[in-house]
Amino acid sequence: MSTLIFRACAPLIVGLMLVFSVFVLLRGHNEPGGGFIGGLIAGAAFAALGMAFGTDAVRRALRVHPTAIAGYGLLAALLSGLPSLFLGQPFMTGIWYETTILGSYLALSTVLVFDIGVFLIVAGTFTSIALSLEEDGE
Amino acid sequence: MAAFPLVFFLPFIAAVFAPFLVRTPGGVWALPLILLLDFGLLAGHAPAIAAGEVLTGALAWAPSLRLSLSWRLDGLSLAFALVIAGIGVLVAIYAAAYLADDVRRGRFFAVLMAFAGAMQGLVLADSFFLMFVFWELTAITSFLLIGHSPWREEARRAALQAWIVTGAGGLALLAGLVLLGLASGAESFSELLPATGRLAETPLLEPALLMILIAAFTKSAQVPFHFWLPNAMEAPTPVSAYLHSATMVKAGVYLLLRLQPVLGSEAGWTTLLPIFGAATLVIGAGLALAQRDLKLMLAYSTVASLGQLVMLAGIGTKAALAAATLYFLAHALFKGALFMLVGVLDVAAGTRDATVLSGWRRNLPWSFLAGILAAASMAGLPLTVGFLAKEEVFLALSEAPVAATALTIAGLIGNAGLVAVAYLVGIRPFIGVQQPGEGKRAATIGLTLGPVVLAIAGVVLGLATGALHETLTTPMTSAAYGEPAVVTIGPVPHLGLPLLLSVSALALGLALALSFGRWREVWSSAARRVSLLGPDRGYDTVLRGGVLMAAGIANALQNGSMRFYLGVVFVLFAGVLLLPLGMGPGWPEWPGLAAFALHEWATMLVAAFGLFAIAVARSRVVAIAAVGLQGFALAVLFLLFGAPDLAFTQFMIEILSVVILTLALTRLNLAPPDQRTSAQRLFDLPVAVACGVGVIVMLLAVTRLPFDPALSEFFNARSYLDAHGRNVVNVIIVDFRGLDTLGEIAVVMTAGLAIFAVMRIRRQMRAAGGR
Repeated sequence: MSTLIFRACAPLIVGLMLVFSVFVLLRGHNEPGGGFIGGLIAGAAFAALGMAFGTDAVRRALRVHPTAIAGYGLLAALLSGLPSLFLGQPFMTGIWYETTILGSYLALSTVLVFDIGVFLIVAGTFTSIALSLEEDGE
Repeated sequence: MAAFPLVFFLPFIAAVFAPFLVRTPGGVWALPLILLLDFGLLAGHAPAIAAGEVLTGALAWAPSLRLSLSWRLDGLSLAFALVIAGIGVLVAIYAAAYLADDVRRGRFFAVLMAFAGAMQGLVLADSFFLMFVFWELTAITSFLLIGHSPWREEARRAALQAWIVTGAGGLALLAGLVLLGLASGAESFSELLPATGRLAETPLLEPALLMILIAAFTKSAQVPFHFWLPNAMEAPTPVSAYLHSATMVKAGVYLLLRLQPVLGSEAGWTTLLPIFGAATLVIGAGLALAQRDLKLMLAYSTVASLGQLVMLAGIGTKAALAAATLYFLAHALFKGALFMLVGVLDVAAGTRDATVLSGWRRNLPWSFLAGILAAASMAGLPLTVGFLAKEEVFLALSEAPVAATALTIAGLIGNAGLVAVAYLVGIRPFIGVQQPGEGKRAATIGLTLGPVVLAIAGVVLGLATGALHETLTTPMTSAAYGEPAVVTIGPVPHLGLPLLLSVSALALGLALALSFGRWREVWSSAARRVSLLGPDRGYDTVLRGGVLMAAGIANALQNGSMRFYLGVVFVLFAGVLLLPLGMGPGWPEWPGLAAFALHEWATMLVAAFGLFAIAVARSRVVAIAAVGLQGFALAVLFLLFGAPDLAFTQFMIEILSVVILTLALTRLNLAPPDQRTSAQRLFDLPVAVACGVGVIVMLLAVTRLPFDPALSEFFNARSYLDAHGRNVVNVIIVDFRGLDTLGEIAVVMTAGLAIFAVMRIRRQMRAAGGR
């Protein structure tokens, strides 16, 4: 699997995929995309990196265990539901903050935090599975 | 009261920051301060509660599911919450000193604080489901704390055992509360308490009662479920002092006292509770005196004390509930103090053996003082709160409406045993000749502060009876009794039957304690022989049986042949699709082919080619690539017919399936990809055709149904207005149905963890040489 061509291209492809995954995540609310699909792309990127350079390289690059990434994702998704409680609204009511920065419209929300949580869970879980499978074959 | 929810959240906030605080110098002392703040907030409500008010309120959680963070602060929950927060402060100080150089203390304090929050939530919760959640949370934190040293096998076994026993009880609690809710229409204790009259007529009451009793008996370690509590002494001593004497094991008692006004007049309640409680009292006291490890001795004496509380809750008279109230408070103080003292002795002397410890009064004078006072309270000597409790206990037993004589005798025997334990733990290690031997560490002020404060509190409460009754015991007794019940017992002994019984228990207990050395070995070897048939062994047998049964079922259903599994799945799939249509409304008509454009035909052709290639591929890699090919063609079709989201996801899924299939299948390296015999192929062909035909027919039938646009119109109309998003699919996922998604991603994560664990086991087995 780790041919010279693949190894040479992999960092480029992986970098592009990761940027693309975040792009897909952020545009998800209005255009096709979202946290789930973004997370799959990010997971696929790490899996590709593992194929090119081995799983140790991926683990070093990630610094934390991929399952921990998923765990923090779940935490983020849970916490995103809490702020509405302090405004006297039910758990997980979306709260929006709209502003204009440097002339461009920006909408921040707890829903985005939730979507980021979905992204992290899917990316972390998929990476964990892919790395386990790759290690199993080594 | 707007600030009240803070009481719920403070310990959990402390839990989140605990690992970081523990690492900064002096940071660990912030944790008891947070609990002290919690205690102060609660104590601020005491005057209002004492005046007869009940504080209720709620934070909306998911109103559409009628779930909310609701609380009910009355005399009962206030007394419990004060004990939890107050002893929590002292235990946190004690633990900071006790675990000063433990590498896992960050984790320890996080879980300990989370436990404090869970326990407090349990007693403050008004909603049934909220209480259940906190009940389970106490079990989880208890599991983590008992297993603080997971490298020790006994600790792992004890943690798992406590989890299984109390977890089963938690399920019973859920069932019991749901049944109670069905019977009364109530979903919270505040709704249930006035609904008592409606309960009597329903047949659901008895199963509900049974489930509640199982929950209370497992949590509060009643015979025959008592065995997990002594085993839980594997936990570090601060945990034993906090969870397994003062707070968590009282959750069952709390449940009983909470439901006493509702269920207290049921026949099952008034017979079962005194029987099991009295049996637990006597057996617990007997087993306590068979131990030589002071910690185990205290654990069994806790079992006995819990039995006494359950017995009193079952008797249910005004005097019995007053006794339960007083004994609950007294027990939390003296047992917490004695557990901490055993930890101090362990640190100083390096042993907890009752037959070795001796003469520590000179090295540990403050601990000796605390030991004397705590033992006095446990033995029920005058001037302590334990004395008030014991007087009231014997008054209640001798005036019990049924079986007063039997219960009084059980109370006498049990309390005599507890007197002996009080002497053996609180006084005996400190007197006599100083034993030789070196301590591990000196007892620091952090270690001695907790027991001294608790022991002195026991005396102060025993003297200041007016204030005690006004602020704590009368409101708590009234809440448990269901109507106002004034507690009046004073610190001056009155001649009468209760005092006589109290003195007899004291004399008997002292006689037992002073002759302990002579009969201990005979008694403990007898107890050991009986315990071979006891419930602790029974637990092992049940657990082994469960594993064997699971293995049997798994081996029967999972014979290891993938062909067999897939065959079953696809035969059933074809049957599910074809049978209902064939039997029901009849086959749909063939609609005729629409006019497709050239590029649409071409895409379909590519998909068909991919399918054909899978069927005839000679090599595995070609087959996998063909799977991807037809999947991509399908995704293009989605794109062409107006479902870009679906197409997008389909593209990703196809890429990932090809990656995973390549990773998984190319490892197997089975030379010919298809090893089926001709007969097997002949069987597979009709199954495949039936599945294909079934899907086509099902799609035709579905598309012929009239299309109801209500949902899509609703989401198209509301999506941007309510949720600021134009991508309706994503808005549904993360906003309209966000709670569902939260559940689903939790499942994704759990599945990922399971796969990770399975792969790890495989690797370890291979490393060990097996396969």
